Amino acid sequence: MTLNENIINKLAEYLENAELECNAVVKITDEYPDMDWDDAYAIQKTIRQRKLNRGNKVAGLKMGLTSFAKMKQMGVETPISGFITDYGSYPDGAEIDISKFIHPKVEAEIAVVTKTRLKGPGCHIGSVMAAIDFVLPAVEIIDSRYENFRFDLKSVIADNTSSAGYVTGGKICPPEDINMRSTGVVMEKNGQVVEVGAGAAVIGHPASSVAMLANMLSERGEDIPAGTFIMTGGITAAVTVEAGDNIMVRYQDLGTVSMRFV
Amino acid sequence: MMDKAKIKTLGDELYDALRNRTMVEPLTDREPDITIEDAYHISLHLVDRRQADGETIIGKKIGVTSAAVQNMLNVHQPDFGYLTDRMICANGEDMPISSELIQPKAEGEIAFILKKDLIGPGVTNADVLRATDFVMPCYEIVDSRIKDWKIKIQDTIADNASCGLFVLGDQAVDPRKVDLTTCGMVLEKNGEVVSTGAGAAALGSPINCVTWLANTLGEFGIPLKAGEVILSGSLVPLEPIKPGDNMSLIIGGIGTAAVRFV
Repeated sequence: MTLNENIINKLAEYLENAELECNAVVKITDEYPDMDWDDAYAIQKTIRQRKLNRGNKVAGLKMGLTSFAKMKQMGVETPISGFITDYGSYPDGAEIDISKFIHPKVEAEIAVVTKTRLKGPGCHIGSVMAAIDFVLPAVEIIDSRYENFRFDLKSVIADNTSSAGYVTGGKICPPEDINMRSTGVVMEKNGQVVEVGAGAAVIGHPASSVAMLANMLSERGEDIPAGTFIMTGGITAAVTVEAGDNIMVRYQDLGTVSMRFV
Repeated sequence: MMDKAKIKTLGDELYDALRNRTMVEPLTDREPDITIEDAYHISLHLVDRRQADGETIIGKKIGVTSAAVQNMLNVHQPDFGYLTDRMICANGEDMPISSELIQPKAEGEIAFILKKDLIGPGVTNADVLRATDFVMPCYEIVDSRIKDWKIKIQDTIADNASCGLFVLGDQAVDPRKVDLTTCGMVLEKNGEVVSTGAGAAALGSPINCVTWLANTLGEFGIPLKAGEVILSGSLVPLEPIKPGDNMSLIIGGIGTAAVRFV
């Protein structure tokens, strides 16, 4: 840690206000270039506590930066994690008010819900498969609080990995009935295919992403409780959306998820 | 319309380049007025030469099916070429790219094996599914006899749609039992995931590609025949390869294919 509690609290307030007021801000590493990973996660945790104090609930966890290409581009070897909120949840087919976001983008993901606790270190794909209750399709709405999505790794961790919302739907599937690695996704925007991909785009297998999450959390003394909803990471590139856009994502064996931005 | 002597000369030139593993300057640089129809006539002459050497036509391939490649070549339709028995290699075995090809790139696709003739025009997606015996995972290793892949659409068509070698994978699946639009594809090179995709990457669905081919060839009175292999178009970007590389692909719900390049 390089930052004291006052500064952590100040930065958490700065970033959370940016989210609540829908106002893009400059990245925090401009002012605090020496901040480290622990500082970044401490800011994220403080934002989370601010929300809990206000009566919001944490609805699940998310992984970010899960593609090998993105990790290489950012010069890291592990993904990053964040949390998702109750008020960020939208039902399948939702009409989503785009004015609640700064510059939203959508990514197709595979999500899981756990039935037993996952605690690292030493979590692997097998422990994760055993802990998954069911698999379901999810579309994440990401919305960096930083101007023009310009950030570095520490800034984006502090900003809760650009987490803003999510839409779940389709159909659920027990983990033994699906090969998440080869599950295909097709994202359409206004009726045109804009992105395609398969589960392996998420660090080789979406369940590996969950194992990494458990192991990363254990370094901070946390675990993944039973019943946790986890978004494993983007399979497709993030697609920019505007008012009037209709997004439909078709999943192999998991149905569809759709939404409309107004 | 190009005269017959010119078509023969250019076809012979491409045939010689194929056999001697040499490259030629783009035809479109030398013959700026060459039409797509001229290019198909050159390709037919090239394939006639291959048949005269004892090669047998065993199917057809469809190329230029992705939006990215169509935009690159500035065309809004696919193209096709002929597959011969000399192009097929065994799954999991060595593929002799250094002795057979010039500047190879790998593609992953779905192969359709037909049990009934398909004769356009008027062929629908339902006809294609009815006429398909089964689908298989497939590697196609494309190659260009045109220097440095500097191709326009007429160049690749004349060069038999940049056909190289191909491999059919380990399973044959009834197309009625898999969603060909959403099935995911994972391509690995030397153990690393290099790309993922899904069926919709090829003209919205691999079935659309086969329907297009049946109807396009129908205009010239050429059928897709029972027993033929039809390669329906890549679902992932072209991946450059070299001797020593090994690759594997998975298609969700269809199977796997693997190959070592020597």
